[in-house]
Amino acid sequence: MSVWRAIAAAALFAAAPALLAGEIPPDAHRSGYSFMGPDTRAMQDDDTANPGMLFVLDGEALWGKKTGNAEKACADCHGDARTSMNGVAARYPAFDKPLGRPVTLDQRINLCRANHQLATPLPYESRDLLALSAFVAHQSRGIPITAGDDPNLKPFVDQGRNLFMQREGQLNLACTNCHDDNFDKRLAGAPVTQGQPTGYPLYRLEWQTLGSLERRLRSCMSGVRAQAYDYGSPELVALELYLMSRARGLPVETPAVRP
Amino acid sequence: MSALINVPAKVRRGDVIEIRTLTSHIMETGFRHTVDGKLVPRDIITSFTCRYNGAEIFRADLFPAIAANPYLSFFTVAKESGKFEFEWIGDNGYSSTASASIIVE
Repeated sequence: MSVWRAIAAAALFAAAPALLAGEIPPDAHRSGYSFMGPDTRAMQDDDTANPGMLFVLDGEALWGKKTGNAEKACADCHGDARTSMNGVAARYPAFDKPLGRPVTLDQRINLCRANHQLATPLPYESRDLLALSAFVAHQSRGIPITAGDDPNLKPFVDQGRNLFMQREGQLNLACTNCHDDNFDKRLAGAPVTQGQPTGYPLYRLEWQTLGSLERRLRSCMSGVRAQAYDYGSPELVALELYLMSRARGLPVETPAVRP
Repeated sequence: MSALINVPAKVRRGDVIEIRTLTSHIMETGFRHTVDGKLVPRDIITSFTCRYNGAEIFRADLFPAIAANPYLSFFTVAKESGKFEFEWIGDNGYSSTASASIIVE
């Protein structure tokens, strides 16, 4: 009997690493919101106390402002963002056929500027780019994330997943070591979350401003003493895509507030 | 620069109402240095006032330790219908205004 019990235990033990290495089951996915304290939640929930809404307002003004050599505003092609941009952010990063690779919402805005408005691209993390992407993503608030469904994106989602699982930096940590295996524990007093990118661009109290998911990823990378990828690099886009596909079904919260 | 104001639209006479204001500002403290050691000059909002039909009902002085995008909330008694006017004044000639109306029944 005890032999069989030992074999059963060994079989379970052998199966365990597969379960551990696997991702968090979809029904256990939780937004970073659920890890926050009541004060920060209240700040996000009240649109007149959420500082991210200031950027949404700025973005709304930019949406209607003519720019570039074509003298066109976003609204001249896309009309009312409330309808035309509804649900768009929930499926970004999306596959761009002419480029043959996924593009983030920020990159899409700059592609639009280059191709249709004949304007100079906005620098990453500039106030105008954050404001525009916050305004566009805000139109998807409450809509479940579906990014990564396009079959063309499969190799890029896999690339992002590999990066997520790959140890890096002097601390030799992979994203998964904290955000799959150790969420709900604490790192220096702050809760470790699942790393679900539901509310980007979001207002981080630590930053005192709005920031993109790429900024967040880069600060995690410097946290593990790794060389952070450049803004807009294929690796960061792939990671962003994997994270969004991993958060499948969670509602968009943009602009979220995080500590 | 944008501001978010929350004033109840319609209230009963004599009600105590909460007014919430949020405005965009970087609130640079003047204590930080760039990577090459240069001091980043101070750029903050120094004063906020709220007028209710022309009469000042609330004033606040702001200092370098206050976070970016300052949020201020305060209370007043709703006496008559009219307009709240808000003004933020700061370094480098910064000035920003907003207003909100209220109906008192």
